[in-house]
Amino acid sequence: MATTTAPSSSRILERAESLRRGLDVSFRDHIVETIYDDAQAIAERSVRHGRPAGRTWDARLDRVLTSKIWGFPIMLGALALVFWITIVGANYPSQMLARMFFVIEDFASGLFTSLGAPWWLTGFIWHGVYRGLAWVISVMLPPMAIFFPTFTILENLGYLPRVAFNMDWLFKKVGAHGKQALTMSMGFGCNAAGVIACRVIDSPRERLIAILTNNFVPCNGRFPTLIMLATIFVAAAFPPALASFAAAGSVVGVVLIGVFFTLVVSWALSRTVLKGEASSFTLELPPYRRPNIGQILYTSIIDRTLFVLWRAILMAAPAGGVIWLLSAINVGGNSLTGWVSGFLDPLGQSIGLDGVILLAYIVAIPANEIVVPTIIMAYLGAGMMLELDSLAELQTLLVDQQGWTLLTAVCLMLFSLLHNPCSTTIWTMYKETGSTKWTALGSVMPLAIAFVVCFAVAHTVRFFL
Amino acid sequence: MTTKRPRSIRRLPVVEPDAPVPAAHRSLGIDTSDFDYLVALAGNPNTGKSTVFNDLTGLRQHVGNWPGKTVARAEGGFAYEGKKYKLVDLPGTYSLLSASTDEEIARDFILFGQPDCTVIVVDATVLERNLNLALQILAITDRAVLCLNLMDEAQRKGIRVNHKTLAKDLGVPVVPTVARTSHGMPELVQAIAGIASGAIETQPHRIRAGGPTARSVEELAELIAEEYPGLPNARWVAMRLLEGDRRVERAIQEGEFSDLVAEQHEPAVAGHH
Repeated sequence: MATTTAPSSSRILERAESLRRGLDVSFRDHIVETIYDDAQAIAERSVRHGRPAGRTWDARLDRVLTSKIWGFPIMLGALALVFWITIVGANYPSQMLARMFFVIEDFASGLFTSLGAPWWLTGFIWHGVYRGLAWVISVMLPPMAIFFPTFTILENLGYLPRVAFNMDWLFKKVGAHGKQALTMSMGFGCNAAGVIACRVIDSPRERLIAILTNNFVPCNGRFPTLIMLATIFVAAAFPPALASFAAAGSVVGVVLIGVFFTLVVSWALSRTVLKGEASSFTLELPPYRRPNIGQILYTSIIDRTLFVLWRAILMAAPAGGVIWLLSAINVGGNSLTGWVSGFLDPLGQSIGLDGVILLAYIVAIPANEIVVPTIIMAYLGAGMMLELDSLAELQTLLVDQQGWTLLTAVCLMLFSLLHNPCSTTIWTMYKETGSTKWTALGSVMPLAIAFVVCFAVAHTVRFFL
Repeated sequence: MTTKRPRSIRRLPVVEPDAPVPAAHRSLGIDTSDFDYLVALAGNPNTGKSTVFNDLTGLRQHVGNWPGKTVARAEGGFAYEGKKYKLVDLPGTYSLLSASTDEEIARDFILFGQPDCTVIVVDATVLERNLNLALQILAITDRAVLCLNLMDEAQRKGIRVNHKTLAKDLGVPVVPTVARTSHGMPELVQAIAGIASGAIETQPHRIRAGGPTARSVEELAELIAEEYPGLPNARWVAMRLLEGDRRVERAIQEGEFSDLVAEQHEPAVAGHH
């Protein structure tokens, strides 16, 4: 690469400099106008507008989907429908998978024992690592395999820009970019993907706001937790016929709380550390397109489901091993799990949770997906052979044995929604912002909010009850 | 549905997405080794660029119906008539004039990446708006093909585009396509090959400023053309310099343009005076 300034190149630059001085300030506008005029002239010569063949339904549909009255109800309805399909559809396959995995666990650990393997080897491999994997797959795979394709259909149809159109004024009001509705929607799939999607926002200030608040929409790794809690604690309070709707409704409620926090935190950021006005932009409402089924299945199953599941598996195997070890190693008459969760318990209780849940959140920093499996494994301990292959048994464990209440469930849902992003998202935030300062803020701020909110909820409820 | 549909819709051969494409091109997936030609894929957001990319390379780059979805540069390969092509999917932009990251990536690639052909994907239903970007690209490179995509939607909306008139006005090949159904893709590949090998000569439409501005632009362009003979976009460089474009100024200072000219003449020895 030639780096020396050749005399001729400086001659060009000098000439440009002097010519520029002689030019009108409107030079740039002039060029842009020329481009637009040329484009118009060329398009006019080659384009003929005839009678649209069945075009009007687009416009009519857009009027409804983006209407002031129907826009939001339809949006919530679509979201609720996606969750409902996921909850109803995932229940049965989840149980089947769990049952199958536990049959294998019984068989394999029995085989190990009969072959004379030491108890700790059998325990570590089958009741630790394997059980962690089994839980993650049976808890996560069915909801993801249903949620991702359904969500991708909405995406391919062209619904997301309409969502952005509907929510634009909200984001503008809090001083953020209207396209944040798009990046927020992408966060439903995976917050790391949502953070990358923030590149569609040009203004650095608004892009930072979008990156820092993306975590407030629950990602797919957190949905199984929310769905499980909604099913066990909320749906149980309703007659069976309404249970699934109640569960879907409460997940939508959690998402709305997430959107609320997205807006409040965006507002707070744009009033304090990221001051500025919302910039305007043009949002194209792309035509509705017939989703390509093969493409949707490929994108949602291979790119999304298996990708996320693989990541969860990579994290779950060591996490399962760690929890088993913590439970198996006895120090002074109590297991390490007992010591650590006992130490964390006062803090956990003060925010409506308990020590085991906090321990699970620490273990689950690499991937939120493994929170529930970790909690269950920590509760069950190393020696216990309880098989949890249905939600009813899970309910028995959590409510009857561990004393969970509706308050625990609500606080856990809020904590799951608001707490710090997973390590992948934190790493992505660092790569996208290139700043440790913003990454730290984006990680610590949600955690602080989660603690404050759960603390407030727990103490308010306890005060009145 | 309406009872009478225009006959022309029926004439569109509908190819099922997964059926074997009648094209002579062969998708190479992510294999871009030892390519003979470099092809850039540019266009406005949401024009089906990624669909064109997937069709040519056989890859499954995520296709989403929302603007700005392709955030990272995707690369893939295909082969046609014994030559290997490396295809680079650039981020979708509305123009190349402002300083957003996406526009810079797209512009720098077309300017300094020296693609042997740039495919400009446009949405046939909103041609005028899409032509703004197309004209800016044609100001930079003369090795380009216009892919007139979403022809099915244009027909549905009663919009008819005369691609021959358009090709004459733009001075580059124009290929009508429906990328989702692979319609027109063989013709597109053929046009790409023609441009890349030099078999098809182009006379791209160039933006010309009028009045006193024109004289300054022409004067500077002449100086630039003198310094870098063979540079295909002297007038565009002049306009950018007059506007005070720092990136282009730096390119002049650091001799990047001389490198480009040198590369064009001797592909083997890159970057030396």
